Amino acid sequence: MKSAVIQLPGLNRDRDMIAALTKVSGRSPVTVWQTETEIPDVDLIVLPGGFSYGDYLRCGAIAARMPVMKAVAEKAAKGVMVIGVCNGFQILLESGLLPGALMRNASLKFVCREVKLQVANANTAFTRSYAPGQIIRCPVAHHDGNYFTDSKTLERIEGEGQVVFRYVEGTNPNGSINDIAAIVNRGGNVLGIMPHPENLIESAHGGTDGRLLFESVLGKAA
Amino acid sequence: MIKARVIVTLKNGVLDPQGKAIEGALGGLGFSSIGSVRQGKVFDVELDTADRAQAEAALEGMCERLLANTVIEDYSIAIT
Repeated sequence: MKSAVIQLPGLNRDRDMIAALTKVSGRSPVTVWQTETEIPDVDLIVLPGGFSYGDYLRCGAIAARMPVMKAVAEKAAKGVMVIGVCNGFQILLESGLLPGALMRNASLKFVCREVKLQVANANTAFTRSYAPGQIIRCPVAHHDGNYFTDSKTLERIEGEGQVVFRYVEGTNPNGSINDIAAIVNRGGNVLGIMPHPENLIESAHGGTDGRLLFESVLGKAA
Repeated sequence: MIKARVIVTLKNGVLDPQGKAIEGALGGLGFSSIGSVRQGKVFDVELDTADRAQAEAALEGMCERLLANTVIEDYSIAIT
């Protein structure tokens, strides 16, 4: 599987993501800077977490308007797999590749801890290596992870199985509507996820619960 | 030169935790008559044009494409 990691000023989880993708896929991802207008031929594009443009205006708002995002949108329209984690999720929402918005945590606090996630749809390219309803551990670290969308859109994404992971067992860290932690687009090839599965992929991390997400995509693209 | 003020606010019905916190703090200061507080953003924009219609169109585009996230926010434009 060939993958690419998008880099923008202020993103700081790119190295974790590069390490995770290298471990799981056996080859290093290419890195693509924000000013690039073309992305090499890859099976998976990842927008990592961090604080692009210092979270100015709204999280991910400036990043979403950079030239590379046009290229990401073009690739996504062709069916290339795309994952946005944390700030990457915010960028995908701001660029219109996913529906909804991520608002300030209801607690108003930056939350950095482990949560429990339930696989809400195991029938996606990102979750098919998990069992339906499986509960996994996953770390979160964010200030703006409070997923919100209007009731009509919410009904649609719930009805069409676009909610992929939910916070469970009272671990919703941000007030997210319907405990939503991750969603996919209608085409099923663009995933936005607030927690950090790339930080739980080898035993040295204290667990491997996030690894199956990358193995799911790897299987799809192999 | 045209000067404009753009105000961006959360749509009705969208939870505003920051507004709620400010509301609570104002209550704590003794402002007992507060019904509610909503927080928003103000942008003062200077446009290098004398054409009012052109400025309005440009500002509308700025709001739609960057200044507001219309999923959760409304905007208003006032040319001063």
